[in-house]
Amino acid sequence: MARAKVSRKSTSIDMTAMCDVAFLLLTFFILSAKPKVQDPIHADIPASTTIQALPEVDFSSLLVAEGKVVFSVEGGDVRMETLKGMADQYKISFTPDEIKQFASLDNYGFSIQFLKQYLAMTPADRAKYPVTGVPVDTTDNNELFWWVKNARKADKLVHNKELRIAIKGDAKEEYPTIAKIIKTLQKQKVNKFGLITSLKTATK
Amino acid sequence: MAELDTSGGGKKGGGKVRTKKQSTRVDLTAMVDLAFLLITFFILTTTLQKPKAMDLTMPDKDEKNDQLPVPATRTMTVLLGANNRVEWFMGQPGNPLTAPTVTGFGKNGIRQSLLDKGQEVKAKSGKSMIVLIKPSDKSTYSDMVSMMDELNIVGNEQRAIVDITPPEIDLLKRDNVY
Repeated sequence: MARAKVSRKSTSIDMTAMCDVAFLLLTFFILSAKPKVQDPIHADIPASTTIQALPEVDFSSLLVAEGKVVFSVEGGDVRMETLKGMADQYKISFTPDEIKQFASLDNYGFSIQFLKQYLAMTPADRAKYPVTGVPVDTTDNNELFWWVKNARKADKLVHNKELRIAIKGDAKEEYPTIAKIIKTLQKQKVNKFGLITSLKTATK
Repeated sequence: MAELDTSGGGKKGGGKVRTKKQSTRVDLTAMVDLAFLLITFFILTTTLQKPKAMDLTMPDKDEKNDQLPVPATRTMTVLLGANNRVEWFMGQPGNPLTAPTVTGFGKNGIRQSLLDKGQEVKAKSGKSMIVLIKPSDKSTYSDMVSMMDELNIVGNEQRAIVDITPPEIDLLKRDNVY
């Protein structure tokens, strides 16, 4: 009887192509990932069932916690234009170097009078700098009003788009603080804005 | 296949000196494993970090002449008090059509009232109910978000956040939610 001969084949597969693809994807994800911006003050955001994704450009957020407001706007070019507008408004002149420094600032939470001093600091000192919040009150001329106004102007100028504004508030924040910010926004006819929330499933 | 020719550089002299042929293939399995593990990690972390938001539209303050009179029978006022409590009534604060009720958020709280009253108003007038939200100074931001969320859940479109008035604060004080 003839014996059936099973040809012995190697079980090792060529992994080169697979490895190539894997690393290509890995590189793509690492490069496209945006580092998470550390908030200067901690806010526990409330949950809601209906949420929409926010844009990543032409977007400004107001972080509200402990009665303080921290202002931030996306995009270095928009930030630079915003600061130029603020410099005109408050008659403070910034050097081109300071403006460039401001463009890399992710958020900003103190009065504009201290900005020059803050920009001159080293990153280590900046982390220790107390966050006092952008001054905001119920008058027409508060600082937050002008920051938002100038950011909107800057975005219109640079990207020719409407700036989307969102409030990122702490769940335990008292309503009067939020009301002040909403009033400030409404004074410049920003009647539509977002409230940053986390997702919760509805208990039906 | 990526393999290099590692055969020896020919024969040298008379003696047969042979370099040993070694395979240059490396086992890439572990490397691929690691790469995919990292990919998975990056995919999961990046997509979960995107901020999400709930839209809020406030009534325009300037266009006074545009505003329509609101019939009291179709209006529900929700007062946001302290400790995550809410108080609601139909009609005007002066003479409410229903007795003010104190309740909380969630399925058995304000949502049930919103659904019941919404259907009642719809059956009576054929139009949807208008909800006025009046947050008091003692309420928190999460109360406001929860209230807007409840309205989104029941599908109410006509709502507005309005400033609270002194008689309504008195009402909250009377019912111990201020």
